[in-house]
Amino acid sequence: MRKAIAVIFLGIIGYYLLATFFNIPFGIARVLDGVGFKYLAMGVPDTGAANVVTSIVVNFRGFDTLGEVTVLFLAATGMGALLHHREPMKRSRQNASIIVKAGARILFPLIIILGAYVFVHGHLTPGGGFQGGAIIASGFLLMFMSYRSYHVNHVVISRVESLAGSTFVIIGLFGLVYGHSFLANVLPLGTVNTLFSAGVIPLIYIAVGFKVGSELTGLLDTMLKTVK
Amino acid sequence: MIYYVAAFSLILIGAYAVLVKKNMIKIVLGLSLIDSGVNILLVALGYINGKTAPIFSNPSLKAEGMVDPVPQALVLTAIVIGVAVTALALTIVIRLHDHHKTLDISKIRELKW
Repeated sequence: MRKAIAVIFLGIIGYYLLATFFNIPFGIARVLDGVGFKYLAMGVPDTGAANVVTSIVVNFRGFDTLGEVTVLFLAATGMGALLHHREPMKRSRQNASIIVKAGARILFPLIIILGAYVFVHGHLTPGGGFQGGAIIASGFLLMFMSYRSYHVNHVVISRVESLAGSTFVIIGLFGLVYGHSFLANVLPLGTVNTLFSAGVIPLIYIAVGFKVGSELTGLLDTMLKTVK
Repeated sequence: MIYYVAAFSLILIGAYAVLVKKNMIKIVLGLSLIDSGVNILLVALGYINGKTAPIFSNPSLKAEGMVDPVPQALVLTAIVIGVAVTALALTIVIRLHDHHKTLDISKIRELKW
């Protein structure tokens, strides 16, 4: 009964949504001189970053990204508060097989290097701090899953996280002091499409990469420790 | 067009899980599916036929030949927020399971009045 009502209800919603969206043609330029085209035209001369999505996320809307990092921090803090236990819990999961263990040991450094590559080249290629941080955390997840005794130092993780977060804000304040606004691009822009270009964007993305990587690693560790 | 259908299928499957399923972890998975569907919809709306990714990796690329970068930047933000929401929701599920010893949301009677 519940299922039937839900299916009918969702069918009606889906029909009207699709009927509406079939009137919106797919794959044509809708706004001819909107904000997107402004970003495409001004992105490279203004910020020096070849990747326009990165220049939007870190420079044009950098304050928004600071808020986003704060949301992630709040989620990690909330998890820590909700899962707090007086006595430290031991992880007791099955030991992985020898093949998984040996493979994880080989793959772990490569995954960390890939993550670092992705966040260092955030202004040149698809990717950036958030993606690189997630890749690094997935490397740590592989280690948590393979070795039941593997653990990370929570003090180090929270230090790295606070340091990276403060770096983001301090770079922003430099923009306020030496430039015209918070998060202004005060460093020289360099040549487009080289590693040392785009001013403060790579620095901010490296900080974001460290922050997201350490935050997600801590988050995974907190969750896995609650499994009895 | 197929992208709209895929996005709405994900949204509706997620909404079905939220409405019908009683296991709290499945409800959280449903929320996550709705999230993915909305992200696909936003990126599909920003796509322009025959144009390429907004990255000036080659001097021959011109701004006229690129898709709208704003939806992609928005989705980048939305994915991270989605991860945060899912993690927090799963944390609350863990605490509820500790307290009530069940994952069945209909057995948690204090929520009803």
